[in-house]
Amino acid sequence: MSKTNLTRRGVLKSGAVAGAGVALPTIFTASSAAAYTNEPTGASVTLGFNVPQTGPYADEGADELRAYELAVEHLNGGGDGGMLNTFSSKELKGDGILGKKVEFVTGDTQTKSDAARASAKSMIEKDGAVMITGGSSSGVAIAVQGLCQEAGVIFMAGLTHSNDTTGKDKKANGFRHFFNGYMSGAALAPVLKGLYGDDRKAYHLTADYTWGWTQQESIAAATEALGWETVNNVLTPLASTDFSSYIAPVLNSGADVLVLNHYGGNMVNSLTNAVQFGLREAQANGKNFEIVVPLFSRLMARGAGENIKGILGSTNWHWSLQDEGSKAFVKSFGTKYGFPPSQAAHTTYCQTLLYADACQRAGTFNPCGVAEALEGFEFDGLGNGKTLYRAEDHQCFKDVLVVKGKENPTSEFDLLEVVEVTPAAQVTYDPEHPMFAGGQLGSCNPGA
Amino acid sequence: MDVFLTQILNGLDKGSAYALIALGLTLIFGTLGVVNFAHGALFMIGAFCSVFLQRLLNLSYETVDPTKTDFLGNPAVIKTPYVESWFGPEMGAAIIDWSVPLAVLFAIPIMIAIGFIMERGLIKHFYKREHADQILVTFGLAIVLQEVIKAVYGANPIQTPAPDALSGVAVLAEGVVYPVWRIVYFFFSVVVIGAVFAFLQFTTFGMVVRAGMADRETVGLLGIDIDKRFTLMFGLAAAVAGLAGVMYGPINAPNYHMGMDFLVLSFVVVVVGGMGSLPGAVAAGFLLGILESFASMTAVTDIIPGINQIIIYLVAIIILLVRPRGLMGRKGVME
Repeated sequence: MSKTNLTRRGVLKSGAVAGAGVALPTIFTASSAAAYTNEPTGASVTLGFNVPQTGPYADEGADELRAYELAVEHLNGGGDGGMLNTFSSKELKGDGILGKKVEFVTGDTQTKSDAARASAKSMIEKDGAVMITGGSSSGVAIAVQGLCQEAGVIFMAGLTHSNDTTGKDKKANGFRHFFNGYMSGAALAPVLKGLYGDDRKAYHLTADYTWGWTQQESIAAATEALGWETVNNVLTPLASTDFSSYIAPVLNSGADVLVLNHYGGNMVNSLTNAVQFGLREAQANGKNFEIVVPLFSRLMARGAGENIKGILGSTNWHWSLQDEGSKAFVKSFGTKYGFPPSQAAHTTYCQTLLYADACQRAGTFNPCGVAEALEGFEFDGLGNGKTLYRAEDHQCFKDVLVVKGKENPTSEFDLLEVVEVTPAAQVTYDPEHPMFAGGQLGSCNPGA
Repeated sequence: MDVFLTQILNGLDKGSAYALIALGLTLIFGTLGVVNFAHGALFMIGAFCSVFLQRLLNLSYETVDPTKTDFLGNPAVIKTPYVESWFGPEMGAAIIDWSVPLAVLFAIPIMIAIGFIMERGLIKHFYKREHADQILVTFGLAIVLQEVIKAVYGANPIQTPAPDALSGVAVLAEGVVYPVWRIVYFFFSVVVIGAVFAFLQFTTFGMVVRAGMADRETVGLLGIDIDKRFTLMFGLAAAVAGLAGVMYGPINAPNYHMGMDFLVLSFVVVVVGGMGSLPGAVAAGFLLGILESFASMTAVTDIIPGINQIIIYLVAIIILLVRPRGLMGRKGVME
């Protein structure tokens, strides 16, 4: 039989120790409870770069990743500082963000929405990424933006051009620096009118997914406003490789302009096929037949080779721009990697700096604080002239470049020439514009 | 009528590629009994033989031109291809211009060698395994090959243009123009298909192979090493796929994924034509190419939206329901 010796002093002592033990975690968590998802508590902060490392846009993803690494180097005080030196906001000092060293993890979107969401989720949950950025497709951007909204982290979109990203699918935690389909149409239309006149019949071939639909809608609306007639719009499967069946009927359709609402491999193949079928030399309705590619990319232009010559399109940025920001970025990127950056690299570099600057100005990594700092933020010195991050839809408004495939390139990088810099005011639209209607920004989600 | 004729030509053109790939596929199946999912990768490697030769011919020496600057403002580096310095600017430029036709000659030994290595090094170990195992291993091989190509050449398409003399369009009738290179591709495929059939029909080697396809054991009992001949047929099938890829480059710029784009369709072609039937593969290739081309016409897609994406599979289902062995399938094959 056991015997228990209970004393008043002993019970009080044990009770005090047990009480302190039970209270201890609460004491700590009370002061260190995360106010938002992945609040950085150490000496560093982790950013998640979610880019296509495999799949058809892997080259674009690789260029995005180079730009991200360069941005991190500059944020941490390395290299020549790049566009930190020309950025109108002077909050960033090259000592990381809010004194914390910037580290990063990468994910592979594979240009597939489910894979992109899985890699973003992993970076948020396992690696503690406080911000996700990247992507080379609107479908992916919209999917990851939705995930970041739910998870309570900021999403700084990479290359996404669909109106929907900051239109019907906009989210309070998502921000886009890149331009969109509407802006391409608004920038191109006056140039098209000047070069090809206002009496034209356009035949559209359109990639059958979110970006293609909004791009076609935008350019058709802009050209119809000029007086052009849209003869036909044929949706082509995204997996198409040979467009000959779609191109062949164009010449006998009564059209005298072919608009290729295609990007990536689709654009390379459809443009190559159109040139093969002699459309560039053809005559229709007593006029020279013309081809228009609303969204150009230098990396894609390289794939299209000689076929790109003389073809009009629009782009977010081009390395040949001579403003101080662009020159600083090209010098920094070119010295490190040996070739000029693409528009994908430019937008992702800008997004990283803009996020870091917003944190610095807000004094926190809390997504709601960062979002507030970005909303309505006006800046300059990042290569696109004066730019506004509009509060209503989190879309950047800046000048848009109308470009043309260069007839006599002087180097393998010299593929596009800037025909016109369309001022931001000309591509600005009402937040309630019908092409962008149907979604709500909602309120920011800090998570945790 | 113009549109009709153009779509027939498009169909023949698409069918040429399907037929060439399917011919090799069915040849391998008919001889070795292997379902080779890496066959699309052989088509892709053929196209990259052309890219490789183009890069080889464009190997250049560099000189600095102080009067020009590069994108960073440094003195520009001017590249001059060695072939232009060896053979003179005009001859050198002409050699580079004709790199795709030259790649045909270049690709034949390379593709035969790749086919031989693939068969001896990997696929022969799976002859006695189930078709599912063969499919898995060859599909895995295809993925490895395309990733290797992507690691070396990147993910973006690389243009391999046709020679200037064979570029542009031919006027076939009033209102009917068609790219010259696509016409060249069609006739090239007819010649290659004809050569394969002639080889099998009119040579002793071909006769033995055909006998082996009909009754492997009896041919073996006659003291003929049929396995050796079948291995050579694998090399021949690889060469046919490779040549199809080389010549396809100017139609659509080669990229690492192009083999996969053709693989599934080519298998459908083989099944519709009849597993192991060479004439069946060719006939089905052209038939499905033409049907796919017509199904892409706006007049058709307006009536049945999306038909262009499913037409081949729809026809395959109907043919297999009516003729389970395919158009020209032999009794006992895959049964």
